[in-house]
Amino acid sequence: MTDDTTSSSGSKRAALRTSIMALGMLPVLILLAIGFEVLSGKFLTVNNISIVMQQASINIVLAAGMTFVILTGGIDLSVGSILAASAVGAVTVSLLDGYGMVGIPVGLALGLAFGLVNGVLIAFLKLPPFIVTLGSLTAVRGVARLMGNDTTVFNSDLPFAFLGNGDFLGVPWLAIIALAVILLSWFILRATILGTWIYAVGGNQEAARLTGIKVSLVLLFVYGFSGLMSGLGGVMSSARLYAANGLQLGQAYELDAIAAVILGGTSLIGGIGSIWGTLIGALIIAVLSNGLILTGVSDIWQYIIKGLVIIGAVALDRYRIKSGART
Amino acid sequence: MTDDVPMLEMRNISKTFGTIKALQDVSLRAYGGEVHSLMGENGAGKSTLMKVLSGAHAPDAGGEVLVDGAPIPLGDPKLSKARGVAVIYQELTLAPNLTVAQNVFLGAEPHRGGIVSRREMLERTQPILDRLGVTFDAGTKVSRLSLGERQLVEIARAMSTDAKIIVMDEPTTSLSERETDKLFQVIAGLKRDGIAVVYISHRMDEIYQLSDRCSVLRDGAFVGTLEKDEIEADRLVSMMVGRDLSSFYKKEHVAEGDAQQRVLRVEDIGDGVKVRGCSFEVGRGEVLGIAGLVGSGRTELLRLIYGADSASSGRVWLDGEDVTPRSPRDALRHGIAYLTEDRKELGLFLDMTLSDNINMAVAEGDARAGGLRNFRTAARRARSALDSLSIRAPSARANAGSLSGGNQQKVLLARLLEAQPKVLMLDEPTRGVDVGAKSEIYRLIDELARSGLAIVVVSSELPEIIGISDRCLVMREGKIAGEVSAAPGRSIEQTDIMALSTGAQAGTRTETPPKIAEKEGL
Repeated sequence: MTDDTTSSSGSKRAALRTSIMALGMLPVLILLAIGFEVLSGKFLTVNNISIVMQQASINIVLAAGMTFVILTGGIDLSVGSILAASAVGAVTVSLLDGYGMVGIPVGLALGLAFGLVNGVLIAFLKLPPFIVTLGSLTAVRGVARLMGNDTTVFNSDLPFAFLGNGDFLGVPWLAIIALAVILLSWFILRATILGTWIYAVGGNQEAARLTGIKVSLVLLFVYGFSGLMSGLGGVMSSARLYAANGLQLGQAYELDAIAAVILGGTSLIGGIGSIWGTLIGALIIAVLSNGLILTGVSDIWQYIIKGLVIIGAVALDRYRIKSGART
Repeated sequence: MTDDVPMLEMRNISKTFGTIKALQDVSLRAYGGEVHSLMGENGAGKSTLMKVLSGAHAPDAGGEVLVDGAPIPLGDPKLSKARGVAVIYQELTLAPNLTVAQNVFLGAEPHRGGIVSRREMLERTQPILDRLGVTFDAGTKVSRLSLGERQLVEIARAMSTDAKIIVMDEPTTSLSERETDKLFQVIAGLKRDGIAVVYISHRMDEIYQLSDRCSVLRDGAFVGTLEKDEIEADRLVSMMVGRDLSSFYKKEHVAEGDAQQRVLRVEDIGDGVKVRGCSFEVGRGEVLGIAGLVGSGRTELLRLIYGADSASSGRVWLDGEDVTPRSPRDALRHGIAYLTEDRKELGLFLDMTLSDNINMAVAEGDARAGGLRNFRTAARRARSALDSLSIRAPSARANAGSLSGGNQQKVLLARLLEAQPKVLMLDEPTRGVDVGAKSEIYRLIDELARSGLAIVVVSSELPEIIGISDRCLVMREGKIAGEVSAAPGRSIEQTDIMALSTGAQAGTRTETPPKIAEKEGL
């Protein structure tokens, strides 16, 4: 009987801890927003919030893909490079007379293809995700430059430019896309068998295999999905800029995406985390960037502060693992 | 050979872990220039005793350890080492990327003003290697040495610290016959040097060949010491197992009739390393026990049948159909289920709910179109499983990690049973489970057998195997050494199993010739 009571109070405590962690960063987001409003007086305006949403949107999309990868205990360092290659591809194709809109599916397909290459190497050749995606971080960057002849590809008449700059009923299209990605991710993780398998593989890969789960398929999916989201990010950023540059676009985006995922409470070890946390994490990063600019903090200090936030996030991750230690 | 002051004397050593008494008032004496063997079943306390000696564990108050007549401080590995105690563990502690000399002096490098003198290390290591009569030199990288040679490096390390007592924990487990012979020559040399060698082994032939005396532990207590001329298999085996069968094992099912209907047939399966050509059959409603020492290949055998590791030979037949699985997924689909021996590392998803854990293997089959989870079916399955296996949990949405060991084990069983297997293979099903949950698991196994499942149980606990099985296979060194079955009026005897698993040849129906004969022939 004592066994019963301890385990139920234990699980209550665990449930409480989980909800605190899930909520964990929401108060931080709200406090940051209020703080910047107090300091600058122009943070909480409709116009600025719309800007923040636009700025956050690409990172939200990348971080959604990254959440899947990190939930399996992996990492995808190549998202920024894949974004650049997809953007160059999308703009190049958009220059074709009359087929300009084909740029969108081409950008997506490029991203998916690069992601699947990562996935095949990791799932079937059993190479470590860090190494594989570190390699493709560099290699795909080269491919992006190659595709654009190492110049910036322009299309001042980009047919899908409205995605980057227009709005629907006052809400920027970029923000709508980002929220749609979050909803889709939530649906996959929550309502499909695949979602359960992703958590299972991240929680205990060998147990997943012994339970008859197709571990390779799960890994292929998450890296493919992350690639697809990078492709979408590429389409979004080219739509915003009317241009793409293989060298500069998407540099260090992987770090913001990883930071958003970790800030959102997803464990780097895998198996624990939620897509809503990622959304909040990405918003915190965007609010931080925007707010620091509004309050006149120099570019240099923005780097330092953002870096410290990432370290703080990892510290939180460690703490969570320790406090969640089981007997 | 023995003088009056023992080189090693351990007096009244007890060790408690939480509520478990791992050692109770054990005393042991070993003299310089003798090989003193230590025997006992798995979990009898041999390793714990040696860890007390090495300082890795501090014993409970009241015990003392004397080296050469003088008490030594306890619970500090460095001090034990300084007093001349060297322990060579089963899993070697060498750094393969370094040379032999660097390993011998690891942590005690000779240096001048903080600069390590490589030449001095080499010069001091080489004479030791010469004494051991090895064929490699002090500058060789350890990664290039065989397992047997690495063992000798460990011995060289012990000798470099002027050890008076060298403990070897099952040193021959992974050695070839030739390497074993070499090791025995070295041990003979250590004896001549007046060192006390404490030798832990499960192999009877080694005990005969090496021991000057042999002590036996059982359930953490000292049973007795035999002198060289008293050492005989029957006597040792009965000292190791002599305990009563309690009545809490449940076996009401009778395998007789239905068991003729063979469900699982395993033919010559092996992986070329740990499992070497095993064949057996299990019938409907039959519980087949598989006994054997740790490392005899039992777990590996089950994993091969389940497709968790790839087999280099052999086939698996289910109801007359060749189902040799390539993956666990394959095996499960055909109706072969496997309960792992390590539920936390290899079985459960501790951060997921009980419902998720129970449904993991069947969720795919239950899914709605498009791979959507069927929450209603999942909830129903979870509820009925919690109920029928009486799993004590606050709700099906509690995390698996929050349950006690016994309940976790039942959650894993529930997952397997949801898949409706025909064959259930259980690897150490009651490990780390309290007594109450144990008897529930026995009852469950009995019920499942009555309902017609073919069940294979691997266990290190002999009374458990005897209590629940219809027949019992005994594995030794990757092979099935023999079979022991209950006959009318005669139950399986622990001594039969022990004899087969150690190669003592006192049991019924043995197939492998005694290894000692091979040795004498050399």
